[in-house]
Amino acid sequence: MNAKLIALLCGVVFGLGMMISGMVDPNNVLGFLTLSASWNPSLAFVMGGALAVFIPAYQWLIKPRVDASKTALTGQPLQLPANRQIDGKLLAGASLFGIGWGVAGICPGPGLTMLISGQAPVWVFFVSMLAAMFAYQRVIEPLSRATKPSA
Amino acid sequence: MTLNSILPALLGGALLGLSAAALLLFTGRIAGISGIVASLLNKGSLSGPWQLWFAGGMLLGGGLAVLAGVPLPTVAVPLPVAVIAGVLVGIGSRMANGCTSGHGICGIGRLSLRSIVATAVFMLCAVITATLIH
Repeated sequence: MNAKLIALLCGVVFGLGMMISGMVDPNNVLGFLTLSASWNPSLAFVMGGALAVFIPAYQWLIKPRVDASKTALTGQPLQLPANRQIDGKLLAGASLFGIGWGVAGICPGPGLTMLISGQAPVWVFFVSMLAAMFAYQRVIEPLSRATKPSA
Repeated sequence: MTLNSILPALLGGALLGLSAAALLLFTGRIAGISGIVASLLNKGSLSGPWQLWFAGGMLLGGGLAVLAGVPLPTVAVPLPVAVIAGVLVGIGSRMANGCTSGHGICGIGRLSLRSIVATAVFMLCAVITATLIH
């Protein structure tokens, strides 16, 4: 099967998962992130459900391929992140991301999926996120690389 | 919290894990949504890399869920707040090279220490932020 078709099917399953799990509802997300008497633990079950499938699939089906052929079933290379560094950039980025997520209760997956709802806050969130990503990739990162002495 | 709200969360979560595992197993790619979205900003991206197909699939999957009767929630976030949240999420996910899906599912799922740390940090910051302002 063609890799683009597989990506499409996986995207469909991901979008279904976003909707069914309730991750697309900022009230669910903020109900989990806000510590209060009416704390809503459902997000923990979303994460738990995802890892309950992903961890065994990775350990039994994917990791043996990483250790051997390093290729996926379609023959393409398994492109796992090579960066294992825990540095200031990771911590600062994760902090900014967490603050942004805590402000509105929307992360990239739900933001993308909920575009179908046509609601203005979702589109404004998504376009702002795209603009910030663009600015980071085209301006901030090249600048920080240029000012750093190269090894 | 009743069984009626736990089951959809578990089932939906399992679908997210299934999608991410299948994408990695079949195509060798990580299902990290911030990375997928950011890649669409690259030159020539509209000529059809896999990321465009995955993102299109997510919209299609969301639409199928609506047709099947899953309600679309109302997002009552004030627009200036949506701008601030989008900018922080956009820059933060690029700096950290991942978000809830890439670090939270795929990274933790591979038992990557870098992703476990990233997820712990963004969870902690999100809980502090949400608890302070909501």
